[in-house]
Amino acid sequence: MATATSRLEAIDQTPPATEPPRQSVMHEWITTVDHKKIGIMYIVYALLFLVVAGFEAVLMRIQLLVPNNHFVSPQVFNRLFTMHGTTMVFFVGIPILFGFGNYLIPLMIGARDMAFPRLNAFSFWISAFGGVLLYLSYFAGSGLYGAGSAPDVGWFAYAPLTAKVFSPGHSTDYWTLGVLLSGVGTTGTAVNIVATTICMRCKGMTLTRMPLLVWLFLVVSCMVFVAVSPLTAAQVMLCIDRYLGGHFFDTQAGGSAVLWMHFFWIFGHPEVYILVLPAFAFINEIVPVFSRKAIFGYPAMVAASVGIGFVSLSVWAHHMFTVGMGPAGNTFFVFSTMVVSVPTGIKVFNWLATIWGGKVVYKVPMMFAAGFLFQFLIAGLTGIMLSAAPFDWQLSASYFVVAHFHYVLVGAILFSIFGAFYYWYPKMTGRMMSEKLGQWHFWLFLIGFHLTFDFMHVPGLLGMPRRIYTYEAGRGWEMWNMIVGIGALIQAIGMLIFVYNLINSYFRGEEAGPDPWDAWTLEWATSSPPPAYNFAVEPTVNSRRPLWDLKHPEDPDSSFE
Amino acid sequence: MLAFLPATSAFASSPTNIFDPAATPARSIFSLSMLVLSVTLAIFLIVGGLLFYAMVRFRNRPNDSEHEPAQIYGSNQIELSWTVIPILIVVMLFLSTTRVILETEAAPRPASAVDVTVIGHQFWWEYRYPKLGVVTANELHIPISDPKNPTPTYLEMSSADTDHSFWVPRLAGKTDLIPNRITTMWIDPPQAGLYLGQCAQYCGAQHAKMLLRVYAQTPEDFAAWVKQQQQPARDDLSGNALAGEGRTVFLHNACINCHTVSGTAATGRFGPDLTHLASRDTIASGPVQNTPANLRQWIADPNVMKPGSLMPSMHLNDHELDAITAYLDTLH
Repeated sequence: MATATSRLEAIDQTPPATEPPRQSVMHEWITTVDHKKIGIMYIVYALLFLVVAGFEAVLMRIQLLVPNNHFVSPQVFNRLFTMHGTTMVFFVGIPILFGFGNYLIPLMIGARDMAFPRLNAFSFWISAFGGVLLYLSYFAGSGLYGAGSAPDVGWFAYAPLTAKVFSPGHSTDYWTLGVLLSGVGTTGTAVNIVATTICMRCKGMTLTRMPLLVWLFLVVSCMVFVAVSPLTAAQVMLCIDRYLGGHFFDTQAGGSAVLWMHFFWIFGHPEVYILVLPAFAFINEIVPVFSRKAIFGYPAMVAASVGIGFVSLSVWAHHMFTVGMGPAGNTFFVFSTMVVSVPTGIKVFNWLATIWGGKVVYKVPMMFAAGFLFQFLIAGLTGIMLSAAPFDWQLSASYFVVAHFHYVLVGAILFSIFGAFYYWYPKMTGRMMSEKLGQWHFWLFLIGFHLTFDFMHVPGLLGMPRRIYTYEAGRGWEMWNMIVGIGALIQAIGMLIFVYNLINSYFRGEEAGPDPWDAWTLEWATSSPPPAYNFAVEPTVNSRRPLWDLKHPEDPDSSFE
Repeated sequence: MLAFLPATSAFASSPTNIFDPAATPARSIFSLSMLVLSVTLAIFLIVGGLLFYAMVRFRNRPNDSEHEPAQIYGSNQIELSWTVIPILIVVMLFLSTTRVILETEAAPRPASAVDVTVIGHQFWWEYRYPKLGVVTANELHIPISDPKNPTPTYLEMSSADTDHSFWVPRLAGKTDLIPNRITTMWIDPPQAGLYLGQCAQYCGAQHAKMLLRVYAQTPEDFAAWVKQQQQPARDDLSGNALAGEGRTVFLHNACINCHTVSGTAATGRFGPDLTHLASRDTIASGPVQNTPANLRQWIADPNVMKPGSLMPSMHLNDHELDAITAYLDTLH
């Protein structure tokens, strides 16, 4: 190390440093192209939206606590579920996952930054602008003297409800443009991640030695290219319909409502995997470290991820089993959907085998990972129920589906994100998050989650459709909705504890040191937080777990590869 | 766990329980769902049990040695086995599913089938019986179907505006109503009775109050209902001066632009056909009982009972409201 630094000094042609011009902290963050700062900005911005969209969910659950409730009007309720869904998918899920990706990928592959730092900053700001634009609709959706209104077309905005005649004013346009901009940002970051993982890996880090997290982000980014483009195209077509007299989706003039569904879901289903693969990525890092064992079956895990990436592009019309595709279409999509369960099963079994024979340390990240494993298993099994098309004719668009996808999005993805927060927060800030508050957060959120989403399946089985602002008594739904609502409030309390823990630990947390978890990937070889340049000299790796090799020179991984 | 839920009393009390099928399509879905639930329950018990066991058994104990556990990197045999077994399960489930798809979607249609055209509107249902010359709204009447001599009802469906979905859980799975497109489904309840459901595809402000009521009737009752619905509206109101006045109010307001009362100048098709309004149990597409008081309040301002409804208040005075309610009450 020392010799490397002195060699660097010998060839260093940089003029002696002058005092850098004094800049405000604000200026520094706005102009930064550092992947770590951009990653943190992504995460903070997504957290703000998570709180907002979570609040929207609580309002909806209050409205549904009892039959014939008048807490909010039907119009307000319809805006709430549209904004909740759109925000959670486009302005919470994607940015928070890409935030972690942005922060971690260069560190994990021993690079100094992403391949295109300016594109990185551009992608972040354009996505953030999309989110702001969406919420601006509350003030500007119907023009200021119409007192504004948010979009109310649902997060998948089925045609022809979005046509001018059914959605006058500008609220739908705010939705279209907000989502379109977020898509631009997502694509930019995906380009960046692919280029970074292909071109910027340090010496010795072959593709077969790349951490699984990086592999999964590579697969996700490739999927983004295929999935986001149809969505962007559809948004442009919708704009043409609304403003230039196009008739793509305008059924009154011969357009096709089903065309929109195809466009939306060929984005929408891969999108689920775009969100869940990074969640797998976090689990792939957390489970081995806290089980004190190498991941079981690394090549199978990579193959399963790539396999999920491909198969998930061919399942979209399982969202459309009820539109009358006919037996041939339905059968095809039943098959492709069921096939996804094979590589997904491989992943679950490999996590199980990683834990098997280990010494599992139940720190907060591992507690969330354990919650993830059970909840993801259940979400996968309800997914198999939905993939059987005739069963889906009963379940689709009911509360069963709402419960199923929240099991994926909250039970699996959000739990793994919480795990990731507790796991990498020390790296990002140099301080540990409070373990005690973390446990409160975990148990409250776990109880709230299960009260809400376990019992939410039931009204679906009893015929309750989604997106209704109220219901009449006597359908057998009252008790279940009451339990669901109580669970939502408990989750909200857990969430507040989490936010408090994040803020409080930043100022008062214990010093973390470079490697608080005794982990094995390269990001733990840097100080916490890492310096702007990450690594003073390019590291060299000989195996999948470079820090294991350093810590166990008598039994290095490299001798098994 | 889910598989035992249908047996509980909380389920039995619901009129829209998917596990209480009352017609062939719902019944074949029910048997498929029991198969899928059993398979997934078995997987859950095995995999969940193993996960739980591993997490407890292999936890780090305080008096464990400092050494790291043995590092195991994988095993091709084990991984092959947990790839092949899921593939076999998938093939089994796929074949069973395909059978039910074909049973339902490719079932041969008997010549004795009853045809109904269903048109979804924001936020109500229009039913037309093309072979019987009957038009009605919101309350679908069908004959029961004797399994030995089946008379299933075939629904040909489309939408006048946005997407809707026809879902009566005890009769069949849902099928969407999509503008510019025709979808079909069939139902054949063998038992007479009232089957409930509601629109299952978000269609706008009042998606929640777009309820479905299917009245399955014995052949005699159904024939009597058809005969009554085929009559034009009662013309002779000489014994009821208030109703006569109400008819004048009705025919001289914009009501006739949207509503039909056969035998009169009212031929609008934007709203429900009112020719036999008084023979229906409910108004406002299901959520409100059809009583004179409710009807009067509905006409005074539909947005009180159903905010976002497309029917405007005509700003009638109290006397006009009384009269028009009296008139509509004669439309048996």
